[in-house]
Amino acid sequence: MDFLGILTTSITSAIGPVAAIYALAIIGLNMHFGYTGLLNFGQVGFMLVGAYGVAVCVGTFGLPLSVGVAASILCAVVLALLMGIPTLRLRADYLAICTIAVAEGLRFVYRAPFARDLTGGVFGRQNLSDGFRELNPFPPGRYGVGDITFSSPHLWTMVVTWSLVLVSCLIMWSLMHSPWGRVIKGIREDEDAVRSLGKNVFVYKLQSLVIGGVFGALAGVMIALHQASVTPDQFRPQVTFYLWAMLLLGGAGRTWGPVIGSVVMWFLLTFTDETMRALDQMGWLPFVTGGELGAVRHALVGLILVLLIIYRPQGLIGNRREMLVNVK
Amino acid sequence: MMCEGARVHRRIVTLLIAVLAMMLLAPGGAVADEQGEETLHGEIDDPEPIAGVEITVFEDETELGTATTDDDGQWEFVLPGPGTYRAVLDEDSVPEDVAELDLIPGAEHDDLEIGSGDERRLIYRFDEPEDGDEPAASPDDTEEELAEEEAEAEEGAEPPDVDEGAPFSHKFAQVATNGLVFGLVIAIASVGLSLIFGTTRMINFAHGDMVTFGALMALLFSTGAGGLGNSILGLFVAAALAIGVGLLLRDQLRPTIRLPLQGAILVLGIVGATLVGIFGGEAAQWHISLAGDPGLGSTPANLAAIVLVPVAIAALVITTGRLLRGRMPASTILSVQGALALLGLAAGIWWGAIGAVLIAVVLGAALGAGMERYIWQPLRLRNVALIQLFIVSIGVALLLRHVLLVMFGGSRSSYPEYQVQELVSLGPITIAPRSLAIMGIAVLVLVAVACMLQFTRVGKAMRAVSDNRDLAESSGIDVARITLYVWTLGGGLAALGGVLAGIHQIVHWQMGFHLLLLMFAAVILGGLGTAYGAMLGGIAIGLVAMLSTLWFPHQLMEAWALAIMIVMLLVRPQGLLGRRERIG
Repeated sequence: MDFLGILTTSITSAIGPVAAIYALAIIGLNMHFGYTGLLNFGQVGFMLVGAYGVAVCVGTFGLPLSVGVAASILCAVVLALLMGIPTLRLRADYLAICTIAVAEGLRFVYRAPFARDLTGGVFGRQNLSDGFRELNPFPPGRYGVGDITFSSPHLWTMVVTWSLVLVSCLIMWSLMHSPWGRVIKGIREDEDAVRSLGKNVFVYKLQSLVIGGVFGALAGVMIALHQASVTPDQFRPQVTFYLWAMLLLGGAGRTWGPVIGSVVMWFLLTFTDETMRALDQMGWLPFVTGGELGAVRHALVGLILVLLIIYRPQGLIGNRREMLVNVK
Repeated sequence: MMCEGARVHRRIVTLLIAVLAMMLLAPGGAVADEQGEETLHGEIDDPEPIAGVEITVFEDETELGTATTDDDGQWEFVLPGPGTYRAVLDEDSVPEDVAELDLIPGAEHDDLEIGSGDERRLIYRFDEPEDGDEPAASPDDTEEELAEEEAEAEEGAEPPDVDEGAPFSHKFAQVATNGLVFGLVIAIASVGLSLIFGTTRMINFAHGDMVTFGALMALLFSTGAGGLGNSILGLFVAAALAIGVGLLLRDQLRPTIRLPLQGAILVLGIVGATLVGIFGGEAAQWHISLAGDPGLGSTPANLAAIVLVPVAIAALVITTGRLLRGRMPASTILSVQGALALLGLAAGIWWGAIGAVLIAVVLGAALGAGMERYIWQPLRLRNVALIQLFIVSIGVALLLRHVLLVMFGGSRSSYPEYQVQELVSLGPITIAPRSLAIMGIAVLVLVAVACMLQFTRVGKAMRAVSDNRDLAESSGIDVARITLYVWTLGGGLAALGGVLAGIHQIVHWQMGFHLLLLMFAAVILGGLGTAYGAMLGGIAIGLVAMLSTLWFPHQLMEAWALAIMIVMLLVRPQGLLGRRERIG
């Protein structure tokens, strides 16, 4: 078994573009759940509208990338308002139901044949990142240290996405240390107390939902640019649950929790994946065949989610007392 | 506060602009040493994913290699470098059940121009042939039925097939009937979801996968359970024995003896199940009809037997309990009742009247009860907050769904008894006998559940706990026990809903999740926590989803159901039958 090779692959995936994109989406989820206590089980819906903002503007209408990004952010705001206005006045469970259902409903709509002229149906849109790659300052080739290398387009995506993550973390930090952030955390701790102070809790929750959604949409934009193509079926609900597992692993309600969660989880996932693949090739896995390893990984994420909540709700760097909040 | 909000808002906008600016100003700096990596990857859609399909990649006429799809339909191929490639799908490797379908034109990939560092995603998709030159079924079989099976291709619920030339009123009646059948299936599955929410305040995101579990168990036992079925039965029997030993001997034996005994039974069960799974194989294959060979509801006598046998067993068990109460210790009565139930089940299965449906329902109920007893109850006792319980239920759903996927594979299937049925005409409506049977069974079960909730002690207690947990507890109701019963009932009904949904449409590992979205719409429409609301909401959602196909594309069925849910939340968040209270 090529242990070193597995380790290299795992590290590559832990710091690679995908981990950065997930970190960006988790920052949005952290805004919702970690700080405000909102149960958003449909973050993938924000990623979907974000990716398709670019896909439709660039892929269908041939508009410049900047218009696409603006459209993505606009779509995310509209989606957040659409889901937030009916549910945020109610108990948290209504938002949870609404988000998980709307995210999956959106996927059905985007992949439907009647939408093919606009979204490309199940085939999605291709060749989206020409404008983005023109800006790539790295000449073609591979860059990196030792065996951990990235191709020039990947490096460019990585640099941009990790910078976005860094900036987003700084934004979150400054937001959460502002008066606004204290109200938001107050809502998580005790909504009624905040309401009795004369704050309009509904508006604050709505703002939180919109901001977190915009981060999700940016992650979607980066997915479109990273892959240069988008298909609706990559935005399955499982993505949201991955985000949740990573957020809880890193530590919800912490500025760096999303980043740590994403990096550590991608390392673990790739490591188990590669190890299982190696074991499978050696014939040591009697019950599982090669094609089922993906399913085993999903099941593993489910298990991690359960175990984390039960035994370590604060994750790696969180504050346990903060995370024992109840439904608002 | 206005001022503060506006300032924050400005700040956010400024920062977002900064974020955008960052995209253009990222630093660089590394040394080039070799070429970038280009890959082709993608997925095979039916549009449900298909595993085991081979894709061969050519450069000019040179074959570069072959990639095979995994269970999610995903495949990947690493290219040697930028250039022009051709990717060809090997049609011989497509599984039999989709082989009759055509590749959608435009989905074949020639002349792929791959630039440096591209990761191109290719999608092959199958569709049913347009010109209907599929292999003809035998003369007695109706072609509509085959077409209906394959129209399942779209994710989610099937569109109703309607004769285009018929007058609108006939079309309406036909579609409304389909909607009613679909709605009844949703109603059955969502009663449990609503009651569980009522008693525990927890939304069970794993409910959809309990539905899938039921459907797959029925499939397993109706297509001939080899090693896998025996293993699962073995596991459940061992768990039931361990729990039974615990209940019966709670007072007779000290925990130091009882716990190892229970553990030993469990370990024996697991080891036995594994051994059966490995060595039992095809030799021990046995097969339980789902309900008679031509399928459920093919004859009135068959339908009556299916309904009456379980009722008779239940009546026998309950009467024994009533008669013996007070004359024997409770543990003896319990074991007598258990033995009677087992005997009744064995007789029913031997007679071929109950079959796989009841096994699936019993296993589903056991799954529900097991989850409550060994996951949710301990968590509640540890004072884990509700918000955390939601996340745990998401995790359990993910775990259950993918364990089922690994066990049963990602292919779509249908119950062998229902491949083909002759349609029956009732005035303007043509309907398959199985749909009539589904309606009959669903209405009977719903009425039975309603009677149970309305007239029996347990049912009243369930509604009381659902209404106000604290008040129920203070009036002497054993809330923990009632919650366990609710989960058992919910699990059984979910499994039954799964079997009916599988008979109505198709069995697939994601069917439960798709149904869950409609179930959410149903329980919110009817009122979260009310059993009757869930029944009403389920039927309404089924009707709306199907009727919308008269005017709108059928892919939007789910979207309409969700739109109704959102409108309902805006105007009447407590639902149709919910009591007005502050829920915010």
